[in-house]
Amino acid sequence: MAQVRFTSALQRFYPDLKTLDLDATNIAELLEQIEAVYPGLTDYLVDESGTLRKHVNIYIGEDLIDDRTDLSDALKPQDEVLIFQALSGG
Amino acid sequence: MQVEHLLVGTGKGLVIFKKTAKGWQYEKSDFIGLPVSYVYSDERNGTWWICIAHRHWGLKIHRSTDKGQSWQAVRTPKYPAYAKLRSGKPATLRKIWSFAHGGSDRPNRLYIGTEPGGLFYSEDGGNTFELMETLWNHPSRQDQWFGAGRDHPFIHSIVVDPRDSDHFYIAISCAGVFETTDGGQTWAPRNKGLVAAYLPNPDVEVGHDPHLLLACRSNPDVIWQQNHCGIFRSTNGGKYWDNVTGQNGFPDYGFAIEIEHDNPDIAWVIPALSDERRVAVDLSLCVCRTEDGGKSWQTLRSGLPQESCFDIVFRHSFAKNGNTLAFGSTTGNLFLSENYGDHWTSLHGHLARVECVCFA
Repeated sequence: MAQVRFTSALQRFYPDLKTLDLDATNIAELLEQIEAVYPGLTDYLVDESGTLRKHVNIYIGEDLIDDRTDLSDALKPQDEVLIFQALSGG
Repeated sequence: MQVEHLLVGTGKGLVIFKKTAKGWQYEKSDFIGLPVSYVYSDERNGTWWICIAHRHWGLKIHRSTDKGQSWQAVRTPKYPAYAKLRSGKPATLRKIWSFAHGGSDRPNRLYIGTEPGGLFYSEDGGNTFELMETLWNHPSRQDQWFGAGRDHPFIHSIVVDPRDSDHFYIAISCAGVFETTDGGQTWAPRNKGLVAAYLPNPDVEVGHDPHLLLACRSNPDVIWQQNHCGIFRSTNGGKYWDNVTGQNGFPDYGFAIEIEHDNPDIAWVIPALSDERRVAVDLSLCVCRTEDGGKSWQTLRSGLPQESCFDIVFRHSFAKNGNTLAFGSTTGNLFLSENYGDHWTSLHGHLARVECVCFA
């Protein structure tokens, strides 16, 4: 199972947010499973077309995902996924 | 509904003031650090609505039914998959620009105006919203609507006729004013008399830039707008607009306007210096008031800063309730008048940029 960790910034909106172990073959599937655990959370990550929001990053291991539109990047069972906000000023 | 709060949406949170025996006083702040881009109080039931324009996490809506003691997250409207931009790319929600209730005889109906140009409606008190397809499919949208200071057109004004809830107006930057008389089944542009000085043809039917639209509740055929190209008033429900820009060009440019709902001849605007500079005119802040339907304008300066003043007041940052007016500025100032603008006092001087204000 892939392990997915979240930026602590999301705990402001989901106080009980915890690291999850999920059985997904790609990032799109992973987000579907996250939504089942935390309803509404994927609205924070993707827009209504399913595209990753501009200032949200998803890493598999140490690499940013390539496909921000269809989220087709493949996952292996031992992968570690990090969902994080892009850094910005203001 | 008794009004006792002033809601101020800023770039760094919601700031709430309350009217007390000692006058208007700071009560508390919510959503600290988050940009509150719109505030709305539904006069039918006292529900407060706010929109948060997260930089990272998208647009969010929250509502409160207990005057801000608690907030409930509401699902944000979503553009359906068939909705495409002119570029052919999927339409996605860029910003929420306006809220309006659907009339006293439609207790569960709400409207939301958005960028990139979609009007959404709810029939269940705001739990869910649907795109109004008739407007989205209007033949003018693809080729004649465009963004103004933004990448896409946006609906910033929704004005429902208190005599007939099926009759309402919207205003779009840039496209202009549209009217429906059948609950949104059909739409017609209402822009005759307006000027689009930034286009090759200033008299186009669609392509105007109203900054804010308001109708007088006691005489809803009288409609006012602060436009990019001046101040306009219609006395016939938008069939024709009269240019009521001040003589010698002052007041002219600006974003905000307020009106007296008991008298269709009275309105206030807050002038700004041109669309190129966008600072207070002569770097001194003033409010202009007309009491004769725009034939003449008085300049009201008492209590407002008169030198080295860079304040601009956005379209939703000016509000009125009875004899009380309030406005917030881009430099974090908040001013209040309790005598129709004759004199102003500073309620706060170091807020974040004020995006919107609302009496509630």
